[in-house]
Amino acid sequence: MDKFLVDRRAVTLGGATLALAGALPRVAHAQETPRRGGVLTVQVASDLRTLNPAMRASYAIHVFTSKMIEPLVDLGYDNQPVPKLATAWDSSPDGKTITFKLREGVQWHDGKPFTSADVQFSAMEMWKKYQNYGTLLHRYLTAVDTPDANTAIFRYSELMPLGLLLRAACELCYVIPKHVFEGTDLLKNPANLAPVGTGPFKFVSYAPGQNLILERNPNYWVPGQPYLDRLIIRVIPDAAAATAALESRDVQISMFSSLPKTDLARLAKDSRFRVGTKGNEAYSILNTLGFNTRKKELSDVRVRRAIAHALDIDFYTQEFLLGYGKRAQGPIPTTSSFFIPGAGPVYPFDLKKAEALLDEAGFKRGADGTRFSVRLMPNTSDDIRMFATFIQQSLQKVGIKTDVQIYDSPGYIARVNRDHDFELATDTNLYRGDPGVGTTIWYQSGVPAGTPWSNQFGWKSEELDKITNQALVEIDPVKRKAMYGEFVKIANTEIPVLMAMEQVFVSAAAANVRNDHNAPRWPGTSWADVWLAS
Amino acid sequence: MRIFRLALNRLAVSIPCMGIILLGLFLMLQLAPGDAVDALMGQMGSNDVALAEQLRQQYGLGGGVTTRLAIYVWNTLHLDLGYSVAYNQPVLNVILQRLPVTMLLMISALSFAFAAGTAVGIIAARHVNKWPDTLISTLGLIFYAAPSFWFGLMGILVFAVWLNWLPSGGLEDLGAGYTGIGRVLDIAGHLILPTITLALIYFAIYLRVMRASMLEVMTLDFIRTARAKGLREGAVLTRHALRNALLPMVTILGLQAGAMLGGAVVVESVFSLPGLGRLAHEAVQQRDLNMLLGIVFMSALLVIAINFIVDILYARIDPRIDFNG
Repeated sequence: MDKFLVDRRAVTLGGATLALAGALPRVAHAQETPRRGGVLTVQVASDLRTLNPAMRASYAIHVFTSKMIEPLVDLGYDNQPVPKLATAWDSSPDGKTITFKLREGVQWHDGKPFTSADVQFSAMEMWKKYQNYGTLLHRYLTAVDTPDANTAIFRYSELMPLGLLLRAACELCYVIPKHVFEGTDLLKNPANLAPVGTGPFKFVSYAPGQNLILERNPNYWVPGQPYLDRLIIRVIPDAAAATAALESRDVQISMFSSLPKTDLARLAKDSRFRVGTKGNEAYSILNTLGFNTRKKELSDVRVRRAIAHALDIDFYTQEFLLGYGKRAQGPIPTTSSFFIPGAGPVYPFDLKKAEALLDEAGFKRGADGTRFSVRLMPNTSDDIRMFATFIQQSLQKVGIKTDVQIYDSPGYIARVNRDHDFELATDTNLYRGDPGVGTTIWYQSGVPAGTPWSNQFGWKSEELDKITNQALVEIDPVKRKAMYGEFVKIANTEIPVLMAMEQVFVSAAAANVRNDHNAPRWPGTSWADVWLAS
Repeated sequence: MRIFRLALNRLAVSIPCMGIILLGLFLMLQLAPGDAVDALMGQMGSNDVALAEQLRQQYGLGGGVTTRLAIYVWNTLHLDLGYSVAYNQPVLNVILQRLPVTMLLMISALSFAFAAGTAVGIIAARHVNKWPDTLISTLGLIFYAAPSFWFGLMGILVFAVWLNWLPSGGLEDLGAGYTGIGRVLDIAGHLILPTITLALIYFAIYLRVMRASMLEVMTLDFIRTARAKGLREGAVLTRHALRNALLPMVTILGLQAGAMLGGAVVVESVFSLPGLGRLAHEAVQQRDLNMLLGIVFMSALLVIAINFIVDILYARIDPRIDFNG
């Protein structure tokens, strides 16, 4: 059968789909009844080579594990928590105790019952001790009490905003079975590579760096779900190979912008596929340009502002990102519930102003037209390097000579984050839903030197430190949001790091997949309701 | 007995050589900025220094270079390749998972290149300076000059995306759940494009060597003698000329077994094959020192083994060659 003649319906999906905020364009099929069975194969570009989300948190690991291991709550479209293993939650009046009611009648894949003891073990032994971000989120966690099998009471020694915990829970609060891990070497437990969970799919086999194969869990707590018989997640790092796999129907979904932008644009016009950012709203990435303010030139805020003015971000997002991205308004992306329009100043493209600011700062053009020279270090991934080249050419126009120096990921971390041996550095900041989780740490002082993705810019503002620390323990959501507005104002005024663009990951899916990309962090959800139309 | 002595000889030479390679690699990787835990933290996007330090201790990455080197040498002497930070598994497990894929790819590509190169080289030599020779030589030059990843990508585009005859990559159809002969055929189908891609450049080399070698042998006295005996041309070619012309071919076969491991990195990436080449590439990016040293160790063993086999082949083809000589 020639698979390429299938369903050539004339659906116009032209360039319009490229105009951002793109839903994965789909033909309406709300009335269809879900069909049981079938194998879904999906592609991602990398994996963490371990399958324990209670110890390692990253969007890459959640794609693999969230089908087997479930969080206390997940994230819904209105930014509201969706009950998973927890069905209800409440915070005590003093804000230091949070109680979760747990789902009853849930079974682990090995048949043992799921209880509050599992939550206690996961929290105290893994989230608090090992999990990246979890160690910070739960640093004041003193105990998890388990009065009965379906109640877990989290006790903190400081205030813990309920909203912060619930928003972080979909990424950081995955529950693993106590009976599998207790009394073993946690880092080397075989279940880290062959998980036992409560999720809709059961583990079959895992070849790290290659593929994960899962099968339907017939005892899942949602009757009738999941619909798929099998689920295969393939790691294809090469972008061109990934496009070929999608086009030849070897895979049905590609996630996390892992196809070349030009291919995404081409597939968006092909009726066999749907391309868009819908279902990825929770994965906002900011393209950043960091300034090492320890250096003489960059310690002057006028120079930093001049550099910001010298970059034609709108041109870049249109021509290089093909519309999959836009100018950022500050460290909190526009997709966030914490976003306040106009919270801080932005720097429109203005070469004249850039030149004037540089002159004012005392860096006149020399005989060869150069004001001064800097080194620019991009982190890995093509996108960031491409942006670095764009910055290099843009800065040339205002008389700043830029030398782009490329290292691989560990090399970059050592150079930029640890040794602070750079002038400019381009990177990305993954916005984690709440500015308190992964955003403010880029600006705060007092973080131990050499901490990756913290304030490697050598910049300090007591005002900002004060407001971000207060916001972390403020339990009134309205006041908290206002505090982060203040934070954005200082961050945008002083720009130790320029939040240049915001992007949302792009997915591409075959037209016959149903119920995909129906949640703001869909790639990291359970996929219990996904099915395949014939 | 002779073979046994040769094996011992080879081993005696290989062991110090391997020691130098492993030591050099260990020290060179110390120069690369960042370590395995940095790479891990990078992948997780984590910024918890205390956690990084804890992981460093648990994975044995703490301490100075000399301490770690001493531990490494001690472990290697016990044939313990260590634990991989990036894969959360013993290095040997991961390598043994990947080795068969690379072996399969290398052996099929080498056999294809050798067989096709020999056959086409003979044809070119038989029609020297006529149109078949010109055509073959031109094609050979193109295959030699064009980068293999380009052929790979073009192959995928034409045979997988347009014609849909062959799969676009991977080792097997994971969803189909084939067993037995069905699985063998499935894997063979998946290996057609990668094998040809990897083999093309070697095919070009073999055909040129075969052509030159054949032309040279055909002018020698014993060929004239054979013809004078009244042998038919076919018999002259296969019984007398070919056997002599094959000697230089076998020489480069041994030499290229090592080079092919390098070429496999590209082909494995383009076709998303889970082989050693891609593993080595990832190990560098992950600063997974144990893994990288383990791969080098295994590759060295592989190359030594292939060269050993080539030496034996040598003696079979040309009885004048003596192991003791």
